[in-house]
Amino acid sequence: MAMTSPDTAGFSPRRRFEGTRDIWRRLPITAKIGALMLLFWILTVLTVSFWPLADPLAMVGRRLQPPSTANWLGTDALGRDVFARTMYGAVWSIPIAVVVVACAVLIGSTLGALAGFFGGWSDSIIMRLVDVTVSFPPILLAMAVAAVLGPGLANASIAMVIVWWPIYARLMRAQVLEKRENEHVEAAVAGGAGSLRVLGVHILPLCWAPTLINATMDFGQVVLLAASLSFIGLGATPPSPEWGSMISEGATKFYSWWIAFGPGMAILSVVLATSFLGDGLRDVFDRRSA
Amino acid sequence: MTAPLLDIRDLRISFQARDGSWADALCGIDLSLEPGKVLGIVGESGSGKSIAMMAFLQLLPRGTRVQGSAKFKGQELIGMPASRIQRIRGKAIGCIFQDPLSAFNPVKTLGQQVVEAIRLHDRSISKRAALKEAERLFELVAIPQPERRVRQYPHEFSGGMRQRAMIAMALANKPDLLIADEPTTALDVTVQAQILDLLGDLRAELGIGMVLITHDLGVVAGIADEIAVMYGGSVVERGPTDPIFYETSHPYTAGLIGAVPTLDGTGALKQIEGTPPSIFSRPDGCAFHPRCGRAGDACRVQTPRLEPHGGTACACHFPLTTLREPVPS
Repeated sequence: MAMTSPDTAGFSPRRRFEGTRDIWRRLPITAKIGALMLLFWILTVLTVSFWPLADPLAMVGRRLQPPSTANWLGTDALGRDVFARTMYGAVWSIPIAVVVVACAVLIGSTLGALAGFFGGWSDSIIMRLVDVTVSFPPILLAMAVAAVLGPGLANASIAMVIVWWPIYARLMRAQVLEKRENEHVEAAVAGGAGSLRVLGVHILPLCWAPTLINATMDFGQVVLLAASLSFIGLGATPPSPEWGSMISEGATKFYSWWIAFGPGMAILSVVLATSFLGDGLRDVFDRRSA
Repeated sequence: MTAPLLDIRDLRISFQARDGSWADALCGIDLSLEPGKVLGIVGESGSGKSIAMMAFLQLLPRGTRVQGSAKFKGQELIGMPASRIQRIRGKAIGCIFQDPLSAFNPVKTLGQQVVEAIRLHDRSISKRAALKEAERLFELVAIPQPERRVRQYPHEFSGGMRQRAMIAMALANKPDLLIADEPTTALDVTVQAQILDLLGDLRAELGIGMVLITHDLGVVAGIADEIAVMYGGSVVERGPTDPIFYETSHPYTAGLIGAVPTLDGTGALKQIEGTPPSIFSRPDGCAFHPRCGRAGDACRVQTPRLEPHGGTACACHFPLTTLREPVPS
């Protein structure tokens, strides 16, 4: 609806929503920095194989060398280039976080929306399931599930989805409960719309903002949890350059600080970026809580 | 006499209180409406005027007890399965709500919403044809530049325009009955008059029956053929519009008329003392007796029934045009 004819200018005084450019302009500076950092990592994932980097799995120099011009972040215990491994690590961590957050949002929002909309026994069953899941510390539950399923990133991802969906179920249920009472929902029912149509067309389009904000912030947390699982050996298996397992390798070589430094900074930057961006998105979309 | 469009008999609605007892929000009302006529339902907040309409459209929350009968064109609506009532809502019976801003989906254009209303009941109409129809409807309700307005969102409309759009949407499927629940309450006085004129014109043009629910006698005076005055969950006076105003029998109706400002503006407005009773503590006998200047002993004990009196039917032991004397028991 961007095509506003010139004569509407004086006619509708309230500002029209102008799409993504408008959102970008309203984001605070920290959020813009966060978005750019996130963009950097996404571009890294897409293009890292074309970069003039050392092979992350090959021995390129002597073991445990401190940072130098040849190896920007030094070499690890097997003589692999830490900088190259850190960059390649994004290929593991970022897509996993995307998939985990997407699955958790999809599953959690669907169940939460159904619980909030239909109420009654479906609400009770779904929300008790949520209560049981969130009553465990996330890392503990993820460890337990991953341990049962066996090590590997796919299993770790499943474990993380199981840990994460209840948050979105609660979020969506609360939104649906609130929006369900809007008068336009009653008007839609009075107009002859069926339940699923009311839910899909008249309630859900009003409910996505908190979920989007939360998903952005959780993105960093999922990267962190994935790294944590790998750190304790339940995620990625060596020799894959995953941030968590790299830190784990570095933790045993305390005086070679650079081994853990690269992946550590990478995780830090992703978590920080998503927090900044999520905060900014909240300022734009959800002014009540800002 | 033609078959009534809407025929409500002894409609009784009860809500369950926290302690498990049932409280009557509507204590058995009778109303009927001929095709193409306008029925005004007048009453204070909580008198039960809106829930009567919501009850037969099955819009009340689950757990509400609805008894009695409400026939629409001979079909019984009370207890009708949800799948069938869904086809009547918005098709044969259109609804207009009090606040046109909150009654629209804020994230869809008004055109999209009218298109949805049309295609919900007839999938064979293409989106393009439905949008054309939406433009025609906007024109019908006198919204200027309809082809541009259908592409705008609810917040881009003024209150009066929004109510017009609401009426257009309610008319989308050519209903036989239009239920307007306080259609002008949220609007300025001048806009109120415009909307009422519009409703009057539409009724003359399209011949649809209307139920106009309001707390403002002035709103129904010019447009309604019949008026039902409600108090405490019952119809206390019912009749053609003119006798309601000029041969008023019920003290409550008289109180309402006395509370309407007059043009010469002499003297303070008369108010009805007290507040309407809660449905959980309704007095015995006539629900109005604690606030009524004419109440006698009979009023405290016996609930008066609706009986013909003068030009109207009135539920009162001591109607205004009689001498104040005890009813023969």
